[in-house]
Amino acid sequence: MNTADSNAPSIVLVEDEQQIRRFVRTALEGEGCHVFEAETMQRGLIEAGTRKPDLLILDLGLPDGDGVSLIRDVRGWSSLPILVLSARSDERDKVEALDAGADDFLTKPFGVAELMARVRALLRRQRAAADASPQVSFGEVTLDLARRVVTRGGEPLHLTPIEYRLLTVLVASTGRVLTHRQLLAQVWGPGHTEHNHYLRVYMTGLRRKLEADPAQPKHLLTETGVGYRFNP
Amino acid sequence: MFQENATRPDPDALLARLDAEAAQARRGRLKIFFGASPGVGKTFAMLAAARVLVEGGLDVLVGVVETHGRGETEAMLRGLPVLPRRDIDYRGHRLQEFDIDAALARAPALVLMDELAHSNAPGSRHPKRWQDIEELLAAGVDVFTTVNVQHIESLSDIVAGITGARVWETVPDHVFDDADEVVLVDLPPAELLQRLREGKVYIPQQAERAMASFFRKGNLLALRELALRRTADRVDDDVRAYRREQSVAAVWPTQDALLVCIGAQGGEKLVRSAARLAAQLGAPWHAVHVETPAMLRAPEDVRMQALRALRLAQELGAATATLAGHDAAAAAVAYAREHNLGKLLVGRSRVAWSPASLWRPGFLRRAGQQAGDLDVIEIAVEERDATRPDAGRAWVAAWQERWTHYAWTAAGVALVAVLATPLLGRIDLTNIVMLFLLAVVVSALRFGRGPAVLAAFLSVAAFDFFFVPPRLTLAVSDVQYFVTFAVMLAVGLVIGQLTARLRFEAAAAQARERRTRILYETARELSAALTVQEVEAAGLRFAQQGLAAQAALLLPDEDGRIQAGSDASFADTAIAQWAYDHADMAGRGTGTLPSSPLLYVALRAPMRTRGVLALRPADDADRSWGVTPEQQRLLDTGASLIATALERVHYIAVAQDALVNMESERLRNSLLSALSHDLRTPLTALVGLADTLALTPAREAALHGELAHSIRDEALRTSALVNNLLDMARLQSGKVALRREWQSLEESVGAALKSRAGALAGHAIRVALPDDLPLVEFDAVLMERVLANLLENAAKYTPVGSRIEIGAQALPERLRVWVQDDGPGLPAGRAERLFDKFTRGQEESAIPGVGLGLAIVRAIVEAHGGRVWAENVGTGSDSEGGATHGARFVFELPRKEAPQLPEEPPP
Repeated sequence: MNTADSNAPSIVLVEDEQQIRRFVRTALEGEGCHVFEAETMQRGLIEAGTRKPDLLILDLGLPDGDGVSLIRDVRGWSSLPILVLSARSDERDKVEALDAGADDFLTKPFGVAELMARVRALLRRQRAAADASPQVSFGEVTLDLARRVVTRGGEPLHLTPIEYRLLTVLVASTGRVLTHRQLLAQVWGPGHTEHNHYLRVYMTGLRRKLEADPAQPKHLLTETGVGYRFNP
Repeated sequence: MFQENATRPDPDALLARLDAEAAQARRGRLKIFFGASPGVGKTFAMLAAARVLVEGGLDVLVGVVETHGRGETEAMLRGLPVLPRRDIDYRGHRLQEFDIDAALARAPALVLMDELAHSNAPGSRHPKRWQDIEELLAAGVDVFTTVNVQHIESLSDIVAGITGARVWETVPDHVFDDADEVVLVDLPPAELLQRLREGKVYIPQQAERAMASFFRKGNLLALRELALRRTADRVDDDVRAYRREQSVAAVWPTQDALLVCIGAQGGEKLVRSAARLAAQLGAPWHAVHVETPAMLRAPEDVRMQALRALRLAQELGAATATLAGHDAAAAAVAYAREHNLGKLLVGRSRVAWSPASLWRPGFLRRAGQQAGDLDVIEIAVEERDATRPDAGRAWVAAWQERWTHYAWTAAGVALVAVLATPLLGRIDLTNIVMLFLLAVVVSALRFGRGPAVLAAFLSVAAFDFFFVPPRLTLAVSDVQYFVTFAVMLAVGLVIGQLTARLRFEAAAAQARERRTRILYETARELSAALTVQEVEAAGLRFAQQGLAAQAALLLPDEDGRIQAGSDASFADTAIAQWAYDHADMAGRGTGTLPSSPLLYVALRAPMRTRGVLALRPADDADRSWGVTPEQQRLLDTGASLIATALERVHYIAVAQDALVNMESERLRNSLLSALSHDLRTPLTALVGLADTLALTPAREAALHGELAHSIRDEALRTSALVNNLLDMARLQSGKVALRREWQSLEESVGAALKSRAGALAGHAIRVALPDDLPLVEFDAVLMERVLANLLENAAKYTPVGSRIEIGAQALPERLRVWVQDDGPGLPAGRAERLFDKFTRGQEESAIPGVGLGLAIVRAIVEAHGGRVWAENVGTGSDSEGGATHGARFVFELPRKEAPQLPEEPPP
């Protein structure tokens, strides 16, 4: 913390592959971040606790344990953003990590550009949490949270109460991936977490109203098998 | 050398003995404690012998021991481990029986089984205890048992003669003769009576009664002599066997084999006598029953009795056969010649004369005539066996069934008389005789032998009464007419008999023809069967038509456990398992669990037993079902046909597996060659590019960027290839569980387009999904792969700038989705093969990929229960201004009604 630029975000990187650590570190430092490396879960937990990082990047397959349990540990005392790296293609692992409290994920192999976009989004989110603006704009759409009004191209847009709630939940988690379970619990209530088809119907409806091409959405994105993501 | 040869035992005999010894080594040993009468101390002796072994550390289990409340015996039993009995519920009574399964499961070295001749309660596995013991021996368990002389089957007639009481619980002689050791437990009659008086055998009142009836001194002496002689016979055998072993025998016994001819009556006594004689002669014996037309006509009970006698003979150790022929004597003699049997045993009933013997000599005489060189031995048998109490009732039943035949015959003759009356005077009397003879022929044809005889007599009487002057009396004016009557009666009887025989033989031929046809049809169906289901269907049809039975085919799994089939709910898998394990019949009418309503037939094929056919007769009460030789033969033939068909189907499967293995071998080869090309190319490029990057001077930044970009592209290409391979491997392993959820196709299309944005960059994409597309159940991740692969495929095989369209349509119960391009189209005739693994439109192509993309598409779509195909789009087929030529890949998914959403409350 005794670095020259105290504004530079600090990031803890927990990853056992040295080659991956190297290029991720290079990329992050290129963006002016401080990177603290850890090879094991044990080490990662200590780094995360002592460095007070702005972001935790975590590989799920660690030699000394499951990354998901590290996420649960960290979430016990901190709300810092967590980005998960996973080699597994099974969506269930990602859902588990996200439900445990991770904010976003990247499937290996990933490119540097992709990584940096996610990191920037999470860091921005961390800062923006302080000054939450009552107005959010994306594409032609403006959402006024204070007045509960949505307009598209200046024209007022009618949303049903559930559509509106779904949109606000997604917008409030900008840059994060929300799992189906999380969305269902927040919009419909904890008793409806198995009713995935509610989400499909309302997402389709919302896209028709908000997206220019609902089949190729720009803002309300699908993470197949995992959940949804709002991209302003 | 030659001299040595002369004293050497016959090598065949030695081999047979070695085989027998090998079988003995695997089998358990049977030791019988043999006594002349109850109370001589057999059980005591058995327990004493067992105690000695227990002290020697042998694992002894008391299977069954009856102490009959005798104090000394109870004392001996103390301290020995006793197997708990099994409760069997029989008509409200609780019976306790030996638990053979528990005994086999415990697998002791020695089991004590009192009372060898005991009959088990109905519902036990075997009807007789000696069969339980056989199974124990077969399982390698030694057995000690006890038996009295009156229970030996071949002696039971003699004992009945001595004591006046018939013993029903008998043991076949072979069980006794095959025992490894027989210990005679002897007690002089005087001592036995003393023990009886002291109350050591029965409690006092019982003892009184016993002494008055069974335990008379005369009885006891006779029984003791029988027991001693029977034991001596055995010892004699043992000595002979020993001699053969030691090669001291100078004289080899000649083969004095016997043939027992079982007729309609007295068969069982004949068989027992033959068994005794054969045992005394030490000769093998055969028993045959000839099914003559007369026999087939006989009441069911008579036939059944002959067949029972045949089965008894089999139990007593005879080789048995049922022959078919017109002349019983001729058939029996032919059999004897064929099998080199020197002595014919024939029963002689007390009724030596019958009307039939007038024109047909008896069996004995015919046999004597035809078998000049054979000895024919007559055995006196009773005219009617005691085991046939309901023969009279059967006859009455037959009469009740047939009396209408006689009534119709009488009516027919009366009709002829009425019709002929107006003709009297116009036609000759001889022609009227002809009319009556016609009536005889008709009734013989229609109703058979008995009514034909009646018709003959009635015709003569009616002719006399109505037509011969003086009319309407039985008196005759002209003596000549007696000649007419006699000839008319004789002719009537003869043609009646001949016609009836013709009719019978025609019926028999028909039945035979029907059986042959059923077998032929079954064989044809089975030979065409390629699957187990087809074999099963043919087998069930065979049982239905040929045996009038409901059937179920029970097949074993890989561990040889019989599986309850789908419609086999009525079959008992435990019995089927037994039949399968022992490759034998079980259940109804057999020696194993005969009280079961079903018959279980093991299907023995040349290589091994293939399954079990369970049969339930349509008429449960039919006692003769499955017992007659024809049915037995039909069942045997049918079962072996089914078994062979099952075996063939099995080997078809094996051959197919081998083919599949070869195919996968071929696939692996093509995979390896594809991989070595497609994986090595990008890797070579990567290495080369990285080297170039390292060697390029640092200042050429533009070149660095270019090289890095190439490295990235090549790496991504390799990654895509690896992904495809991993996906295919996962799908092929069958371990992919579909996560079906209600999904929106639009969403999957969006995700697929996004994931393949790079590959699709140079193409114009058009999404034409209807707005009202319903939700469909599928695995979203896999469906995204399907769409992405189809899109990527379209992009790869069409020139840059081509149009690609994604469309969908909700059909009833299906969702149809297509990806269409306006490229060059599919190579002709290869549309279907495109979906095979490692198949590409052109074999050698610069376009990267191993041809897995479409195979993955097909695997996923088919896992969803859908289908996929490719077609060329003809020119001008699209009226909506879309692509008018090119390729179209279509897949369909099954679709159900989507769940309803709850109504949203108004804002």
